[in-house]
Formats: sequence, structure tokens, C-alpha cells
Amino acid sequence: MSINPDKTIKFSPMHRLQWEEAQQKNVILYPEGMVELNQSSAEILKLCDGTRTLGEIVSDLEQKFATAGLADDITAFLEVALKNGWIQQN
Amino acid sequence: MAGSNKINITPPRWLLAELTYACPLQCPYCANPIDYAKHQSELDTEDWKRVLTQARKMGAVQLGFSGGEPLTRNDLPELVKHARGLGYYSNLITSGYGLTEEKIVQLKESGLDHIQVSIQASTQELNDHLAGTESFQHKKEVAHLVKKHGYPMVLCVVIHRENIHQMPQILEMAEELGADYLELANTQYYGWAHANRDLLLPTKEQFEQAEQIAQAFKEKVAGKMKIYYVVPDFYEDRPKACMNGWGTTFLTIAPDGAALPCHSARELPGLDCPNVKDYSIEQIWNESKAFNFFRGFEWMKEPCSSCDEKEKDFGGCRCQAYLLSGDMYAADPVCSKSPNHHVIQEAIDSAKASALADNEKPLIFRNSKNSRLLS
Repeated sequence: MSINPDKTIKFSPMHRLQWEEAQQKNVILYPEGMVELNQSSAEILKLCDGTRTLGEIVSDLEQKFATAGLADDITAFLEVALKNGWIQQN
Repeated sequence: MAGSNKINITPPRWLLAELTYACPLQCPYCANPIDYAKHQSELDTEDWKRVLTQARKMGAVQLGFSGGEPLTRNDLPELVKHARGLGYYSNLITSGYGLTEEKIVQLKESGLDHIQVSIQASTQELNDHLAGTESFQHKKEVAHLVKKHGYPMVLCVVIHRENIHQMPQILEMAEELGADYLELANTQYYGWAHANRDLLLPTKEQFEQAEQIAQAFKEKVAGKMKIYYVVPDFYEDRPKACMNGWGTTFLTIAPDGAALPCHSARELPGLDCPNVKDYSIEQIWNESKAFNFFRGFEWMKEPCSSCDEKEKDFGGCRCQAYLLSGDMYAADPVCSKSPNHHVIQEAIDSAKASALADNEKPLIFRNSKNSRLLS
């Protein structure tokens, strides 16, 4: 399963992304389960709002963190996210 | 035997709110205690709201509304709304009985995240027999409605000797109903299932065949449907890491307000489970005798105390140790290192003999009359 670079990416309506104060981290919630996210994974998923493609997510994050060369890491993570059903492409 | 103060106490993550023991179904493997009819009183709406607020503040995030049948509580939408406001992920664990489209919409608007519907078998005849109530068609309609209104739909089927031969049809049914998750829960032998074990425990051959079919299906539907497979620990060599360790993650509140480290803990002697009417969740979780009882490793006996796997499985399940050996401090007899391990083979043999007997005794259905008779 791989990301289609031409299509936008949105977070799955079957999951919920949420900041957990008690854990001081973002988590993904789904039926009877929870995945704890590190900061960079959470930053990527927050941009999966159905308006951006993979390339746009990469450039937005590179700009936000004033860095370059994030494409490989972001692509790899989003492929895992797609496989787990956390994100969708229409 | 209370745990020492040195133990690092982690906050609860999972709150199981057993709203009521009332249920229109009579499943003979129900996890409610045998003597549930003795515990008639129920917390009121304000009590539950306080419990939800206090547990959320400590860090609980997954919330199960369960029972009994939680739909019998008229304040369910109000509690769901309160839970959503606090940031819980709310799971409704229901038989589907009494669930209408209107209610499904109302609960969605109140903020319910997911509905888990139980089905007893793949045929109407067996489903209705096991449930002790005519319910099969309605359950299937409910499953469709749950999907229609955009909930993730979890289908839960408890597996045992009466339905294990239907595994291929059960999987087909899950696919046809469009389940997002399928929970195949091999029966755990507590409560009513313990009383009916001779009639419910499958043979090793039956279990292995069913597991193989489920495994192949899992690969086939990968990416479309997730399968939660609960293993029958009687055919395992090592015990399950029950509750992810006592008092580390799970908090169950029984209908009458008793706070339990696991939903079977009521059966253990001398725990003095505290009630949410008397104490806050924080006091209960951090300070109560019951929640500290099996925290850490100091309570363990041999072979657990010197076992190099004790941090992995915590000696297994305390309720199972008590039910099968009479000693709640003992190793879970499922473990092949347990001196009581022979009771597992005896249970398997006894179930097999029962299956082969000419006059197999009938299942004991879970209802108030039988609860009073047996307790």
C-alpha cells in the first residue's frame, strides 16, 4: 500500500487524534485501542485534513521546522498510517 | 499482603462502566458474577458522572459502557454526552437488544464513538438458543444501522463448543455485515462460563481447526477488517498477562459502585473492594487495599517469584488461580510450571467426557432465578 502523490490525505473519521494531558502526548483512539504518538508523527497527522497532498505536507513541515530532506521519513510514516487505517485517500 | 509503597503506581487508562446487571439476554457464558442478583442497587446518574470526571482527571481515556445491557439505563445518552465533554473515547458494548435507529442517532449526537454488537452464532436457531431470547434478526439490523450512521462497527462473537463449528459462517456473516472489527473471543471460564465449562470448552482439535480458519480469513481481509482474536488460555502453555498487570491500567466499576481491578475480582475473598460512594477514584486507585493487593511482585509464591517471565505475565490471572486451585496467590494453573497445571487437563477431559455422554446436562442460562439458585 503506498501513498498516491496526486491525492489529498485525510485523517480517518473512524479514528480520533487527541492530545492527552495526563500523558503529555498525542494519541490515536479507536475501538478499544490507543496508539501513543511522538511529536513528529503527531505533527504529520495534524496536517492530514483532506486539503493537502503528500508533497504539500512535506513542504509545510519543512517550512515550519526550517529544515529540508524530510520527504523520506514523512512518506514512510504515512505509509504505515495508511496501512493501519489512520489516514485515507479518496 | 498489600503492596509496598515503593511500587510505582501508573494511572488508569481504561474505565469499564458496568451500568447495570439487568439484561434481556441469558447467555450461559456471561462474565457477570454468578451471584449478580444479590447486587440489585445501581448508581444514579450523578454518581456515574462523578466517577467519569474523576477517572478522566487521572488519565483514563478509553471508556466502555457495559453491563448487563447498558441500553436498559435511560440516562445512557446523558452519560455519553458527559463522557464526550471530558474527552473520553466511548465504546458501547451491547447485545443490540432494544437498540433502535432513533437511539443510534441520539447516541451519535451525544458523542458516542463506537458500538460493539454481540452476536451469538451465525444462525438464527443457535443465536436465539444461546441468547435465551429471540434476537438474531434484530441484531443483524442493528449492525447495518450502526454502519449506516458512520460508527466503526465491531462485531463480537464469543466462541465455544456450541458454535465453534460455525467459524466459516461467522466470518462470512462479519464480512456481509461490513464489520470494521471482528472480535473472536474464545470463552474465558469465569462467572457463568465457569459454571457451564463442561458444555462450552471445545476440544484442542476443534480449537486448532477454528483458529486456522480464522487466521486464513485474517490475511484475506487485511486492510478491510481487523480481527481481535482472544485465545482460549486452557490450550496455552503460559498464562495471559491478565489486565496488563493488576491495578496498572484497568478500572471496572460495577453497577452498585464497587470498584474492581478486573470485572471478576468480586469473586476473590477478602479484597474488600471499595465503593465509589465512599471514596474518590484517586483514593481507590492509589490507596485502597484491593487495588494494591496484587501490585508488584511481592505477593507472589513459587514458581512465580523466581520466574524470569514474571514481568511478562504477572503470574497470570488471580481469579483463574482462585477458581481452579482455591489459592489466589498461586500461579495461574494455565502455566505449565504451575504445580496445579493438571487441573487444566482434567477440565479438558471432563468437558470431552460430557460431550460424549448420552445425556449431556443442559446449559445453565444466566438469569436472576438461576443466580439466586446458585449463590
